[in-house]
Parts: sequence; structure tokens; C-alpha cells
Amino acid sequence: MAHISVPDGVPGIRSLVMFRPESGQHLYALAQVLLRGDSPLTEAERELIAAYVSSRNECMFCMSSHAAAARYLFKDKKQVVDFVLADYKSAPISEKLKALLNVAGKVQKNGKEVLPDDISEARKHGASDRDIHDTVLIAATFSMFNRYVDGLASFTPTDPKAYEEMGVRLGEKGYVLPK
Amino acid sequence: MAYINLPEGLPGIRGPMAFRQETAKPLNELAEVLLRTDNSLTQGERELIATYVSSLNDCFFCQNSHGGIAQHYLQCDMKYIDEVKKDFEATQIPAKLKGLLSIAASVQKGGKHVTPEQISKAKESGATDREIHDTVLIAAAFCMFNRYVDGLGTWAPQDREFYVKRGKQRAEEGYLHFDLYK
Repeated sequence: MAHISVPDGVPGIRSLVMFRPESGQHLYALAQVLLRGDSPLTEAERELIAAYVSSRNECMFCMSSHAAAARYLFKDKKQVVDFVLADYKSAPISEKLKALLNVAGKVQKNGKEVLPDDISEARKHGASDRDIHDTVLIAATFSMFNRYVDGLASFTPTDPKAYEEMGVRLGEKGYVLPK
Repeated sequence: MAYINLPEGLPGIRGPMAFRQETAKPLNELAEVLLRTDNSLTQGERELIATYVSSLNDCFFCQNSHGGIAQHYLQCDMKYIDEVKKDFEATQIPAKLKGLLSIAASVQKGGKHVTPEQISKAKESGATDREIHDTVLIAAAFCMFNRYVDGLGTWAPQDREFYVKRGKQRAEEGYLHFDLYK
């Protein structure tokens, strides 16, 4: 049961933004611009970074929903998502994305964990200022969302089908504030 | 020097906000609604929660800029803020605020660190669902802002008085319509 009185049966962050849409609308606007707006990283890559950070924060709801969105967006390459969540270093992804996931993982711990060497490794493999900025902000943003969702003990479904449906919706429609 | 090419001379979060304005907009709107709009928790209390969480995350820029703003709202000195950061339980702040700060401390560690006992204790001291929600979201949001500021290696003025001097102006201008360069 959630720590506060939120709508029954509504999962995760949806129940919380229904409780408090005044802040919820800006959370969704942030997710929309960050994960669906203009970026040198593809939408699939950005969802993957979100899922990766959420798995490190052990937030089941966020990890599952964003992994599902990433699978939807990666289409026939969707197995890459599970490879990354298991061990990104050996996953079939570019060296640039590996270096950015390393940065994201450091941000997840604390911003100060990111060191010049982490950045130069990313740059060595072609990361631009925007790649780095967006990676850091996605990792920081999910460090917020994960704490929000679990900090209020919002409902976390256990049925994988529920997340698959969320993945399709997030993939097709993006971040639309529930009414 | 920051890890990416940011506009010259902008401290802390201002550089990244100038670098990418489309993400700055919802970040600022979130800060405005959480920290400044009408609420049963005062602006001073909310800035204090933000300052406290930022100190737990060891983010110099954030804890000092919000500490300076908190000082203005609370009409207190730096010593008061530092005592809260060091050990809020030992201070004279009200029981409800102590309960909310302990929830914020748990959120900083991770969402699952918030216990039902902390929640009931806060409710027993008079915290409403809305106040608990806002405390958790402010704490979570500052876990984001602190990581954004430090993760990009931004620069921060090291003289703490710099932030105290600007506290009143920052409190009055708010988070929506301010000049990044002033």
C-alpha cells in the first residue's frame, strides 16, 4: 500500500501524478522533452539509459516500464535491452553507448563519481557535448523518478504483460499526463 | 572546467540550463511549483528540505544556493542552517519538520529506505498526505538537481557569502522568470 492516499490499483508514477498533477505535469513534460525530444541519442537508446539507471536504483516499476519501452523502440533488436541490463560491457552495442552507460552509472551513484577519464573515454568513441549532457540529465532524472516512485511505495505490478502494454503506450504516445 | 562546453561564467546549474533551454523549462517549472507556490509547508521549510538533501549529496552549489534562500525566508543565520544540516534532531525545529527531514534523508539514500514507521511518525506530528508527497518529491528532485550540477563538473563560487547575499533576490525572482546571467 502506498504511503499516501493515491487512486487504487493505478501503478507507479501514474498514481502519484494523479494525486498531485500540479507537479506531475512538469515531471511528464521533462520526460517528454528528455526522452522524446531532439537528441543525438535515439529514443530507444535514451529509454535504455533510463532502464539501466533504474535497475541500478533497484526500482522495479521504472526499470520494467522503461525496459519495455526500449524493447518496443528497438524493434527487431529488442534483445539488446536484456543484454545491457545483464551486463552492458559485453552487450552488442556501440563503444560510445557503453561509455555513456558508464557515465550514467556513475551519475546514479553521485554526480561527483563522474571523472574526467569517464568523459574522455566517451569522447574517444565519438560522444558529443549533447550526448554527454543528455546522458547525465537522463541519469539524474531517473535518480529522481526512482526515488519518487519507491519513496511513496506506489503500486508495482508484478505481471510482465502489464509492463509490455506500458511499453507499447510509451513507445507510441510518449509521456501524456493521465486525466 | 565543466565536462562540456558551457557558456562562460555561469555558476552551478545555470550553465547547463543555458546550454539546453528546452530541458531547463520543465526543471524550473518543477522547482517553482515545489518550492514557491502556495503550500501548507512554508517556503522556508521547503528550501530547508532542499538544502538538507543537497548537503547529504555533498553538492556545494545546491546546498549553498538553497541555503542562502532558506536563510532569507527563515530570517536566520548560516549557523542555524549548518546546525540543521549537521544534526536536525538536536535543533529546536518543530517535530513535524524533523519527521519530514528524516523522510527526506531516507529518500536521498533510496526510495525503499522510507519506512512505514517514518511515515506514521510524520503523520502523528500533523503531516498531511500532501506534505509527505511534497517532501518526498522535493528530496527526489534534489537528488536529480545535485547529480545534474556535479555530473557535468560545473563550477561554483566557493565563498558561501556569495549565496547568502543573493538569497533575497533569488527568493523574490523565483524560478520561472529570472535572467540566467544576473
